[in-house]
Amino acid sequence: MKVTRRQFVKGGAAAFTVTFAAPELLSDLARAQGVRARNLVILYLGGGNDALSTLIPYTDPSYYSRRPTIAVPAANVLQVGTDASRVPLGLHPRLGGLKQIFDQGRLALIQRTGYPNQTRSHFLGTDIWSTANPSNAAGTGWVGRYLDSLPSPVDALTGWNTTRELPRVLQAERVGVPAIANPAGYAFASPNIGAEAAAERAAALRINSHVPIDRPELAFVYGSAQAAMTTLDRVATVASYAGTVAYPNTGFSQAMKAIAGAMVRGIGTRVFYVTTGGFDTHSNQNPNQANGTYANLMGNLNDGLIAFYNDLRNQGLLDDTLVMSFSEFGRRISENGSQGTDHGAAALMLVFGGRVAGGLYGTAPNLSLDPGNPTLENSGGDVAFETDFRSVYARIIDNWLGGSSQAILAGDFRNPRLTFV
Amino acid sequence: MALPLDRQLEHLLRRAGFGARQDELDTFRRQSIRGAVDLLTDFERIPDDVDQRIGQPGYASMTIRGQFSPQAVIGDARQRWLFRMVHTDRPLQEKMTLFWHNHFATAYSKINGLIGSEEATRYLAARPDEDPGGVRGQLEMLRDNALGNFRQMLVDISQDVAMSFWLDGRTNVRLRPQENYGREIMELFTMGVGNYTESDVYAAARVFTGWNLARPGAATDRARRYAFQYFPAQHDTGDKTFSFPIYPDGNRTIRGRAAADGMQDGMDLIDALVRHPETPRYIGRKLYRFFISETGQIDERWLQRFSFVYFQSGYDMRAVIREVLLSGEFWDQASYYTRLSWPVEFVVRAIKDVGWRGFSLGDALTPLSNMGQNLYEPPEVAGWDSGRAWFSTGSMLARMNFAAALAGNQRFNLATAARSASAGGSPESLLAYVLEGMPCQDFDGPVRGELLDYLRSTTAWTGSAAQLQTKLPGLVRLVAGSPEYQFV
Repeated sequence: MKVTRRQFVKGGAAAFTVTFAAPELLSDLARAQGVRARNLVILYLGGGNDALSTLIPYTDPSYYSRRPTIAVPAANVLQVGTDASRVPLGLHPRLGGLKQIFDQGRLALIQRTGYPNQTRSHFLGTDIWSTANPSNAAGTGWVGRYLDSLPSPVDALTGWNTTRELPRVLQAERVGVPAIANPAGYAFASPNIGAEAAAERAAALRINSHVPIDRPELAFVYGSAQAAMTTLDRVATVASYAGTVAYPNTGFSQAMKAIAGAMVRGIGTRVFYVTTGGFDTHSNQNPNQANGTYANLMGNLNDGLIAFYNDLRNQGLLDDTLVMSFSEFGRRISENGSQGTDHGAAALMLVFGGRVAGGLYGTAPNLSLDPGNPTLENSGGDVAFETDFRSVYARIIDNWLGGSSQAILAGDFRNPRLTFV
Repeated sequence: MALPLDRQLEHLLRRAGFGARQDELDTFRRQSIRGAVDLLTDFERIPDDVDQRIGQPGYASMTIRGQFSPQAVIGDARQRWLFRMVHTDRPLQEKMTLFWHNHFATAYSKINGLIGSEEATRYLAARPDEDPGGVRGQLEMLRDNALGNFRQMLVDISQDVAMSFWLDGRTNVRLRPQENYGREIMELFTMGVGNYTESDVYAAARVFTGWNLARPGAATDRARRYAFQYFPAQHDTGDKTFSFPIYPDGNRTIRGRAAADGMQDGMDLIDALVRHPETPRYIGRKLYRFFISETGQIDERWLQRFSFVYFQSGYDMRAVIREVLLSGEFWDQASYYTRLSWPVEFVVRAIKDVGWRGFSLGDALTPLSNMGQNLYEPPEVAGWDSGRAWFSTGSMLARMNFAAALAGNQRFNLATAARSASAGGSPESLLAYVLEGMPCQDFDGPVRGELLDYLRSTTAWTGSAAQLQTKLPGLVRLVAGSPEYQFV
């Protein structure tokens, strides 16, 4: 008998999904661990966000003289008042949603975050921000170490990574974080149907509950496979989440929708990771033109975040949620020859949520090339850091997650001026 | 029957290729170990005719719209590369091309955003003989240099059109140097991070000023193309001083030259980077992790030996890869299955093990993306994050589901072959037969037990055609989707 591939697909054999009853034990476990349902969303802006185009010192003449083609005109910024050094600041014009959150007092803008001798490398920089360890950035992530600090057994859905690859910030010693880019695609396929497919899935579930001894790499993969098998049903409940607001049809916004769905369905997840990339704007940064590169970056970010914020508010979950953004570095102050900016130093962090004390934290740089200017470094080329990024993490660990920042960050980075939560 | 050398040959072909088709195994069985390495590294002896098999009966098929256009449609380019990986008789050439694609990671999406999809595909994937302007896309350049001279490779990549878009070299001009390429050639392509300073980055950017692109001719001319060109008027003619030696005498300064001769600045820097003692150590560590093992420390003596061969051979990649493949560390049985497969390695090896007749490589593209590896789309300039980073829950599920789709697709081929091998006598004989064709890490006893229990589930074992057509794909998916099979 000759059967073509198409007939298989038509018969549903290639992607038949079997459903099982939810494993109640795990759900109970998850609920037990989420006594205080405080959620943390880690947002990574990939590529090194140009902080000076996000939060704009629109009265600094050096900002305009050093960025002749890519400065945002003062008239266009969304003013958010002056910071402690009395520098008036404004958000990028495409951040109208974030401006609303700011006006509601729920968005903290933490200026000039970084660490001494900051690297300009994407990879080392991302690793340092992820591990919170500038001297050895090869280890586990700070969020991973937080997960490791939770009492065992840690439920397989305690963390949710919306990207396909495990970012270093989530790497842990003993807790695996599932990568679920799209809950709708998170299903178990089978070449067979009915009882045969069920037998296959049951076999996969039993096989993957095996724990190999003295084979750590193999055990790691078993851990991933087991987590996949045991989270299928709960994730399926998220796939059907519609949201109370319309989320834009971008990868980033759909990931934010999945996060909101996971919170609404109460599947036990406490830490989420989401990313949006394209911030490595070496050329044609174009922050001023509709559909310019940077305007699109801001628009995409803004539209996903405000949809998420409004959805959670409608669902009554805003007070349980804190979102924190990071990026591996800020960018050079002066624009380069291709209307872009190269890798720089200090960065801007955003923190928002229902219990966040919003406002401007830290002080803006003075962008003048005066050699004695303490807010710049690298011969005035880059913004010098003022607030150690680890002190932002420390605040979140101690005051939001209820963990111990000194243990997780291996040092005391607490900073009493950071009162955003 | 497996011959004693088969385990070694399979190891060699998993690492230096993408697993072994039966015909490949037969070819390599006629060789000694050294002869097998020769056959892999001296691949010019074997005709490069794999592209001519595309569309022929007996090979994997493709999902295409209209004319097959790998020089203009990125999905076609992706399928052609997968096809080469499955059907080539020069597996090491494709494997090294993948290594270089990751090393000089260039992503389609950014170039697409700048010049559109057809042109982006062209500069990434066109073969000169299929392009009206004779464009050699980046992948073809990497393939030509797969085991070539590393210095030549650096010159070619520094003048590559796709790279010039990707790392913005085309915009690097005298009055406004653009640092992107100057940084990455040091950090990612040669010495590695920690061996240069910020002022070196700036100096390197100035060195490459004027290394831009030109696109002469009329817009209506189909042969019109971007090509590397040195623009003297855009070159910074000042001195450039580095923190590391540029010349063999230890001099750290590239003296300013007349603008017309300024292209030599870039050549001097490339020579300095190729000659830098950290470069072979950086490349050697990457090759060790790629070919030998992802676990354990890299022995300092191994790196010294590697560096020695690198310098002694004048940066000849064929010599250094031979050193890697003939080293005791490579052949140590403790190195078997110590590397987590990249998604393309997993997919191609599964296709080679399970079967390809009637399978379209187009059906591997979305699964590959779900596993985290879209060819021509590395996530960042450092390429893909390998090792454990491949194995998130979602990507593991994507692997299991690809195994299911492939096994279902090959249902009748599998059942027919098993029947003609009389493998269906018992669950035990069927499992032994499947594992013979899909070599992987040993299963622990309880897991073997579960696989046998699966074969015995739902209906009593008869070994009938109908039962084989159901249970064999189920077993194949459980094996290909097992953690044990994810190692190479």
